[in-house]
Amino acid sequence: MSETPQELRYTDTHEWARLDPDGTVCVGISDFAQDALGDVVFIELPETGTEVAAGAEVAVIESVKAASDIYSPISGEVVRVNSDLVEEPDLVNSEPYEGGWIFVVQPLNDDQMADLLTAEQYQEFCESEDHDH
Amino acid sequence: MPTIPTIFDTSEPGRIAGVQTPKAGDLTGLPAEALRVSKPVLPEVSELQTVRHFTKLSQQNFSIDGNFYPLGSCTMKYNPRGAHRAASQPGFLSRHPLTPAFASQGLLKCFWDLQETLKTVTGMEEVSLVPMAGAQGELAGGLMIRAYHEDCGDFDRDEILVPTAAHGTNPATATMCGFKTREIKVAADGDVDIEDLKRLVGPKTAGIMLTNPSTCAVFERRILDIADIVHDAGGLLYYDGANLNAILGKVCPGDMGFDVLHLNLHKTFATPHGGGGPGAGPVAVNSLLQPYLPIPMVGKLNDEYIWLDENYFPLTIGKLSAFMGNAGILIRALAYALMLGREGMVRVAEFATLNANYLAAELSKAGFQLAYPTRRATHEFLITLNREARDLDVRALDFAKRLLDFDMHAPTTYFPLLVPECFLIEPTETETKAVLDEFVCAMSKIREEAQEDSDIVKQAPHNQVVRRLDEVRAARVLDLTWSAD
Repeated sequence: MSETPQELRYTDTHEWARLDPDGTVCVGISDFAQDALGDVVFIELPETGTEVAAGAEVAVIESVKAASDIYSPISGEVVRVNSDLVEEPDLVNSEPYEGGWIFVVQPLNDDQMADLLTAEQYQEFCESEDHDH
Repeated sequence: MPTIPTIFDTSEPGRIAGVQTPKAGDLTGLPAEALRVSKPVLPEVSELQTVRHFTKLSQQNFSIDGNFYPLGSCTMKYNPRGAHRAASQPGFLSRHPLTPAFASQGLLKCFWDLQETLKTVTGMEEVSLVPMAGAQGELAGGLMIRAYHEDCGDFDRDEILVPTAAHGTNPATATMCGFKTREIKVAADGDVDIEDLKRLVGPKTAGIMLTNPSTCAVFERRILDIADIVHDAGGLLYYDGANLNAILGKVCPGDMGFDVLHLNLHKTFATPHGGGGPGAGPVAVNSLLQPYLPIPMVGKLNDEYIWLDENYFPLTIGKLSAFMGNAGILIRALAYALMLGREGMVRVAEFATLNANYLAAELSKAGFQLAYPTRRATHEFLITLNREARDLDVRALDFAKRLLDFDMHAPTTYFPLLVPECFLIEPTETETKAVLDEFVCAMSKIREEAQEDSDIVKQAPHNQVVRRLDEVRAARVLDLTWSAD
């Protein structure tokens, strides 16, 4: 069973988002997503300074199974990227919520987190996706 | 299993297989700067060493010649030896591509006949044989769509629609042709979500890329509605010929409303899949796109076969290879088509779908879960091992690896991604019922093993030339080069 930390918010494209005390939002992919993707071999990171809209493609993740886009959960500007992932992309598999974070966005405005899924809603969403088949 | 050394590692200076050494040709008359001064780096080995080396390498191979190979969407059917023999005749093998057309009438007739055959099979107006792989055929198709819209003065159409389950080459092709890709949802029954298509289609739509049967292994039932929707918006329909085996001689893509398509001759027409090549991906178009076809093609003037170049097709997207694509592969495809004939092609589709439907029914009876149980299988079908992954902690990948120990190649795994833990299974028409039954037995046996001791399955393969490979390392640090230094 995959982990879904309560304090995070989620998207239906399997990103997680964490509002940090400095007002920025840290983004990664969920435990469910990394498990479905399998061993990650490559991550194409965005450049800092890139303006992103909520739902826009920001990064690309490639596993032994597939290549997938990673979308920004919120609108804003990319202010940091996790360059550790260049050499150790498998951090996304081993620590999806810690060392496997992907990028940090300075939000355009404050109230965007409320639009995202709660841990409970996201868990329900994952279960319904599973049951379609 | 010890690693096989490279043939250079067994080399000893001065050793030579005299009988096999080609005689040096007459080099008089060649300018001095065209003659090499140093000897090429070649292994110096005996004939027996060479035979052993390559025999051992061939024994490392897991291939259709030795094993059932139900790799979905890849159509790993048997490549008849007769087609290979036909294409290996000296008149084909030793022909120089610059031989004038009047002295190559036999070869040109072969290309003409293949063009005509593929026109009939696809129901299209014209065929160009030159693309040297399915991916290059897709590129040609995308470039023709672009050229058409630009010639119509329609410069704003920069979007290509593809279903979420599409082959990865489709969005890649769109990008290479300068289009943006927009993904259409797939409905729960495996068909394209028509409402989502209506939402996405519009004045920016250059076209839509579809396979039919689709990548969900079902026949797109509303294809005529889709064609109307896209055409009404001014877009074109591209048919990815990957799954033509299911409908060969039964349904023409032209009758489904497609404007342009490519064929994978290595799938439907049984040319070798090779180690990534050589391939052939002919393109076929209707009259709208005919002017843009890649050159050269073969035409018939009075009773003579001629090359059709840019003088006949001034709007062509151009050349895709120096000469006539992979000519030898085209000859094999023609030989295969002639061996089958019109009735034989229909039988290919019928037995390919019969085999898939039989195998789907038997696997379902054995307790495996079909991904689209309400739909009939096409030439292939999807099962999901989600339940086995959940209850037994044994995933599709583990089943795939364990199948190798039963001397069967794994089906395609984890494609399309929207079906979790899936196998895409394509038995092809060339397998017997006995082989299909063995596959069902192997799958059931693996599930039993997983129930008793899942490690046997999770650590498979056990009796192959290699054990489970480190796929991450293979993807990140693969090094296939050898250097004399």
